[in-house]
Amino acid sequence: MKLTDLTELAVRNLRESLLRNSLTTIGISVGVASLVAMLSLGIGLQQLASRRLMKSGLFDTVVVTSRRDLRNFNREQERSGPAPGESRILDEPTRAEIEHLPNVLEAYPDIRFITELRYDDKPHLTTVAALPASAQSTDAFEGIQGRFFSSETAPEAILQKTFAEELLGKSPKPGLDETNVAELAAPLLGKELIMRYAQREKQSTPVKPSSDNGANSDNEALAGAAYSVISREQKLTIVGVADLDPESMRGPTRGRVFLPLKLAETLHVMQPTDLREISRAASDQPVYSSVSVRVKNPGQVQKVEDAIKKMGFNTFSILDASRSIQQFFKVLDVFLGIFGSLALAVAFIGIVNTLVMAILERRREIGIMKAIGASDGDVRKLFFAEAGAMGILGGIVGVALGWAIGQVINLGTNVYLKQQSFPPEHFWAVPWWLVLFAILFSFLVSLAAGLYPAGRAARLDPVQALRYE
Amino acid sequence: MDGLDKPTQRNPTALEASPANPPAIRVEQLCRHYRMGETLIRAVDGVTLTVGAGEFVALLGSSGSGKSSVLNLIAGLDRPTSGNVIVQHRNLAELSREDLARYRLHTVGMVFQSFNLIASMTLAENVELPMRFAEVDRGKRDGLVGEALARVGLQARMNHRPSELSGGEQQRAALARALINRPQLLLADEPTGNLDSRTGTEIMNIVREFNQQLAMTVVMVTHERALAERFAQRLIFLADGKLVGDESNSVATASNAMDQAGRNRESR
Repeated sequence: MKLTDLTELAVRNLRESLLRNSLTTIGISVGVASLVAMLSLGIGLQQLASRRLMKSGLFDTVVVTSRRDLRNFNREQERSGPAPGESRILDEPTRAEIEHLPNVLEAYPDIRFITELRYDDKPHLTTVAALPASAQSTDAFEGIQGRFFSSETAPEAILQKTFAEELLGKSPKPGLDETNVAELAAPLLGKELIMRYAQREKQSTPVKPSSDNGANSDNEALAGAAYSVISREQKLTIVGVADLDPESMRGPTRGRVFLPLKLAETLHVMQPTDLREISRAASDQPVYSSVSVRVKNPGQVQKVEDAIKKMGFNTFSILDASRSIQQFFKVLDVFLGIFGSLALAVAFIGIVNTLVMAILERRREIGIMKAIGASDGDVRKLFFAEAGAMGILGGIVGVALGWAIGQVINLGTNVYLKQQSFPPEHFWAVPWWLVLFAILFSFLVSLAAGLYPAGRAARLDPVQALRYE
Repeated sequence: MDGLDKPTQRNPTALEASPANPPAIRVEQLCRHYRMGETLIRAVDGVTLTVGAGEFVALLGSSGSGKSSVLNLIAGLDRPTSGNVIVQHRNLAELSREDLARYRLHTVGMVFQSFNLIASMTLAENVELPMRFAEVDRGKRDGLVGEALARVGLQARMNHRPSELSGGEQQRAALARALINRPQLLLADEPTGNLDSRTGTEIMNIVREFNQQLAMTVVMVTHERALAERFAQRLIFLADGKLVGDESNSVATASNAMDQAGRNRESR
């Protein structure tokens, strides 16, 4: 039988017992809807989490340290490879080399120091950190009051809110953080902050070493290296107050006062490495304690890490943490999918029941069709077509229903979030592949449900069936 | 394709239609046994007979004589326990289920006592149904349905459902359906059993028309001897699954011959 005839007969048969077939189709729809709802919740949550994490700049960042830095993140790494004393120094040429690795967006030195800042003639001791321009796009500065730096060299500062509180002489409230950042920012924006810091300056005349220390010629050249440490002041204009939680500060946002990166570099602030690498520090080429590397996407972090390790440095990323999070979501998806499928399993039994009933009811009709020339295959295909039609229809209605349920829950949750003064979130996602998958799955499940009834109808003995009244 | 009312070429005239003609159906040592609990029921028990092409044969016998079982075996609806049914050089006993379905679709047209139209379909849809199974072109179907219904005088009622028709009309629709795929055999199982005698005669006239004008070989099961004598050329008697009599019916043969001769003159 041709497909058009098959479809026509199937649809006409479905229309004949409209109520029963509608109920069965609704059963399928509910099953598909619950599957779609569960899976789109899982997908939505996963997307939300990865969106959050990506914006936090954690998952695409590799922190590079020299093996010479003995305060390392990973002791395991330290034991393999060259001894710390013989390993490479993390300096500007190395940074440039890392930046040119494939899949690397940027590599910037981590400049962080503790120093004194004066505001309103009162000294405040705190951690100052330098921020690259790219930090603007991370969610760390989402709730900023004021603005980000006007340029990479502008003498401007952004304050972390607890430091802003400190400057204004307000004591931070314990418990829930309900600080109004706008209120804090208002009296501070545009005001001046004076930063006192220790500048490292190359000395033009090296100190001559005593001749009896027996050093070789190479060491001799380094032995006399020297630099001066000079106390300097830098005026900074407060341009922003960031709503950063001091507990959650990671990576580039570890600090309470932030400066533009290029400005911080020109200041030549004394770094802890300057003592260890004294000979280098005396030159114009600075040595970095660590370099942060931003990778194009988290998937390439491992490759970049491997490449940097090959160069002879230690690396650290929280890729492993992200891996376990991805794994968690996969498991969550499977669980949600299983729960969603339970309703579809009930629908499956509903289809089997409906079609078995239809065989009993249409026994004589099947007998007639066989008597006038329908083959077993024709009868089987007809029942399959009926099951498939219910499956596709149920699938389409189910996807729409699932999507609607999702919208309602999303809306409800956002109303709740708004009441709790949280920003609205979109944690419900119905990607197009899920729509197609759900309809296809519903179709296949229905065909599977039709397997037994169709087989039974096809095997019906026409003589028996015609005798049946 | 020939029109429905033109006799096909392989058909001899009705006058020559006798067991001596090229056989349309050959039944050899046919047995159909059922097991019902402990007892073995021999519904058909060693029947051998030959039906010539274009013959009109009536199978007669009381109920339980095995006449319907023989018809079902010739129709390919049932399979023999042993023996052969040979139609057009094919032994139905050896055909696959698929081939049997194709045989029923193209070679056999069937009518039943209870009409067996599908209640949810209109007459036109009922008549069209075998063409769906035969995958006949959609464009050709409407014309053929109209032609078939016109032949049985029902073109005005083609969009009615069976329940809206009288028994005679339903049986006429069933005849239209039986002929739609141009089969060579018409098998009728008590076609007038549910009809009054006047309507029954009407139906039998159509069956005879199919036999003579369309050159269909007709095998009809009936228990009404008078009806069989009036229309069939040959009467075959069954009892307890065995063939107990086979006589040619000169009355029907003569009347058929006259009809045929008249038609032949017209066509010349």
